[in-house]
Amino acid sequence: MVLTVGSAIVALEAKEIIYGAIGLAGSLFGVATLFFLLDAPYVAVFQIAVYIGAVAVLILFTVMLVREEKWAKEVPVTSMTRIAGIMTGLAITIALAFAALDTNLSQFGTVVNPATFVDIGDLISTGDAPILLVLALVLAASVVGALTLSRADREEKAQ
Amino acid sequence: MNSLSDFVLVSAMLFGIGVYGLVTKRNALRLLFAVELMINAANLNFVAFGQYLPFENGAGAVPNALGQTFVLFSIALAAAEAAVILAIVVVAYRLHKDVDVSELKSMEG
Repeated sequence: MVLTVGSAIVALEAKEIIYGAIGLAGSLFGVATLFFLLDAPYVAVFQIAVYIGAVAVLILFTVMLVREEKWAKEVPVTSMTRIAGIMTGLAITIALAFAALDTNLSQFGTVVNPATFVDIGDLISTGDAPILLVLALVLAASVVGALTLSRADREEKAQ
Repeated sequence: MNSLSDFVLVSAMLFGIGVYGLVTKRNALRLLFAVELMINAANLNFVAFGQYLPFENGAGAVPNALGQTFVLFSIALAAAEAAVILAIVVVAYRLHKDVDVSELKSMEG
């Protein structure tokens, strides 16, 4: 929990953006450990593979590719903006925390009947199969879009 | 650290930090970090509620895999979104030599 929240703050507040990227990876890893605590090892491993293995590395490579001192350092925001951000974040956190505590969620103390691989596979391959197909199309479209963006850019450069 | 409210509190904190980042930061990559944190807060809630609240049918409680299934879809979607945003960041950087979102005026309507 401390790892998750602390790394999240580091991700946004680190002076160098590359340390921020590493902080984000730490926070994602913290969420993965929380998934392990929740008896959801499949989701936890998926999170580590996709987020830390792919997204965090992708972000690190982007930071290294387009790195420039001018924006690698954080531009200081005005104190008014910072105060407004802290107030908004705190207000939302406190509201959600009160909602969680007021509905007496702590009565659910243990995971009594955790879902297993079989349940997830059953759900994905039967009831949620259309979602899986649509998701595959979305992924393909996003990859093609990303490739097109970088290719168009290269053509501009060649001219 | 093992009741449902603990996980919901961690999720609320992550979401609050994400909102703070969205409000204060101007760097496109920091905004991406903040959005990823908020997505993770939502994912954590999905898995926590799914695991702690099993379905009740006539024969008793059966495992509730819906939360975990949705999170698998959500993680895949977030990865696609991150790839597209990073491609946009690279293009914006090459065009403008900057990734400060308040400086990127060419996309204004």
